[in-house]
Amino acid sequence: MKPAPFSYCRPGSLTDAVAALADDPDAKVLAGGQSLVPLLSMRLAAPSMLVDINGVPDLDHVRVDDSGVRVGALARHADVLASPDVRRTQPLVSLALSHVAHATIRNRGTTVGSIVHADAAAEMPMVLTLLDGSVTVASAGGTRTIPASGLYAGPLESTLHHDEIALEAFFPALAPGEGVAFAEIARRHGDYALVGVGGVVRIEGDQVLSARAGYLSVCDVPTAVDVTQAWGDDEAVVELALSRLDPADDIHATAAYRAQLVRVLTRRVLRAAYDDARHRAEGAA
Amino acid sequence: MIEELFDVRLTVNGVTHALRVPARRLLSDALRHDLGLTGTHVGCEHGVCGACTVLVDGRPMRSCLLLAVSAVDAEITTVEGLTEQDGTSEGRLGPVQQAFAECHGLQCGFCTPGFLTTITAGLRDNPAPSEDEARDMIAGNLCRCTGYANIVKSVLRAAQIAGER
Repeated sequence: MKPAPFSYCRPGSLTDAVAALADDPDAKVLAGGQSLVPLLSMRLAAPSMLVDINGVPDLDHVRVDDSGVRVGALARHADVLASPDVRRTQPLVSLALSHVAHATIRNRGTTVGSIVHADAAAEMPMVLTLLDGSVTVASAGGTRTIPASGLYAGPLESTLHHDEIALEAFFPALAPGEGVAFAEIARRHGDYALVGVGGVVRIEGDQVLSARAGYLSVCDVPTAVDVTQAWGDDEAVVELALSRLDPADDIHATAAYRAQLVRVLTRRVLRAAYDDARHRAEGAA
Repeated sequence: MIEELFDVRLTVNGVTHALRVPARRLLSDALRHDLGLTGTHVGCEHGVCGACTVLVDGRPMRSCLLLAVSAVDAEITTVEGLTEQDGTSEGRLGPVQQAFAECHGLQCGFCTPGFLTTITAGLRDNPAPSEDEARDMIAGNLCRCTGYANIVKSVLRAAQIAGER
């Protein structure tokens, strides 16, 4: 298994990188390459040119402020996962990252790359969707910010234009009263999940103000469902979630089994997110 | 059509090599075919098996998921680089290698280079792992012979040896 021939450049600036990408309609961006290189080797992708952005300065930041977490295009999953600031500011990012492949893959793969690779079976596109985050992209014409709700067009298809490079992902901070949880079921540790669920629950005192669940590996695109109106009735929560989802058969699981995992994990994760919110509220009080 | 070649300088086990390779040359193939460092083994070639794991600036990475042209500016350590200098011409086995020998941590040996590099880095981050942590450390590497029991023992023994040295 060897990639088909392609040309290659390693620009030293973002200006040169977006220019190289604009020059060749069949060019692809290489960051960590942990999804792209297997696709090349299996010849599922055969770009004419790779624009390697690993030589572009100032793209490997992991920055945190009160509003949230900003992850640069060259920040490796491992760097984001290792950051105590990230864990404190938006713990769902850290919880989900620990499920991304294996440590060895996380050492090279980038969080932003995973997000724009748009694999509905991947953790971080779902986390960005559930948290209503965004991605900032650059082209020769300037930069724009795409909200997560407008980022995914279909399986492995983002709404980035061909000549755009993703620069940064933004994950909003955990708000006061919120708690989060994440769980997934995979056949093998580190393998793609059959179903993964993230939860964000916001409380005030004993009252649940909002409850949202995000799903990976269930639909063609990462999907978040607001289940606030059904809160308090587990059965209704699960049915509401399933009414917005479209679990499909594939070689890994049947649609019925996926739906069952949705039922089990939705309850489990939302309960854990609620407990997390209570725990944090008690800690803050 | 003659394929375009790129000049690449790779630093492997402390030695810098100049080579001319096509952009599609995987780092695993550059190590094995261009540099003759056949200690790095190639199993699945799509990042699943872990046999080709090398250290890039000390961090374990799949060499089959890196392009040689993109691995410049990094210090690469292969299994050949895990031997320690002790004044003799061969050097002596590193702690992880020694532990594998003592604990029967390999049978056919195909997966072993990936385990040795992964565990070397893992023990640097966690010098005294529990058994669970040892299992987690090697979760990304496949072995079809041992059933892993002796590899887990080897991780724990390697931690002891490293502590004694």
